[in-house]
Amino acid sequence: MSTNMKRRIFLKGSMAASALGVAVGAGLLAPRAVLASWSKEAFTAKELPAAMNALFGSDQAEESGEIKIKAPDIAENGAVVPITVSTDMAGVESIAIVASNNPVPLIANFVMGEGGQGFVSTHIKMGKSGDVVALVKAGGKIYSAKKGVKVTIGGCGG
Amino acid sequence: MANNSIKIRAQLKDNEITVKALMTHPMESGTRKDSKTGELVPAHYIQEVKCEVAGKNVMTAYWNGGVSKNPYLSFKFAGANKGDMFKLTWVDNKGESDSEEATIS
Repeated sequence: MSTNMKRRIFLKGSMAASALGVAVGAGLLAPRAVLASWSKEAFTAKELPAAMNALFGSDQAEESGEIKIKAPDIAENGAVVPITVSTDMAGVESIAIVASNNPVPLIANFVMGEGGQGFVSTHIKMGKSGDVVALVKAGGKIYSAKKGVKVTIGGCGG
Repeated sequence: MANNSIKIRAQLKDNEITVKALMTHPMESGTRKDSKTGELVPAHYIQEVKCEVAGKNVMTAYWNGGVSKNPYLSFKFAGANKGDMFKLTWVDNKGESDSEEATIS
């Protein structure tokens, strides 16, 4: 375990007021849910609920109007679809980007460190038209928002 | 040897640092077929992008082959100053890695 990870545990454990901190302190959460690392289970899952379970330990998310997804209504090139997710929610821990109709729906999870703000932007591949879903973890809860993107030329194999 | 596979810009404005980065990487998902041979092109993609300022982690991105070729990444964080050194390191599924630093301007 790296020094950095130990520090993260210490920091989280020391947040006595937060439910997560208490849960970690009491040993209620499996380390997997706290210590971030690349999850093969999540990033190769063919169904979103399986990916969410691997990532968050739950496949439930609350829809939120506080998450904004900026994406084209029509993507002419599915190989490069610009996606920006932003939110003013407090305590954003992570932001995940999902293309619902891709063979592997989960594409990216951005885990915030010290001073992290609710803003990420990247380019993704979309095999066909469908919803782009943003999953924001804030204050230990998972929130979601979606936006439909029509793809005219797919970007997963072509 | 000059290494320019990562380009970074980190700018401070209104107490927030906006990072924009471009990486050079094929980002093969492993599901694409070679148009000539008809065989699957093996997966080769960045799995982890670590972003640090002065040794403290500000953001880590976890990816698979669903991120576009030559990935673009932008995000924001607070708590650093002009002149601080920002460092980005990526590691891919073959264990290859690269990193680059940029001064926050």
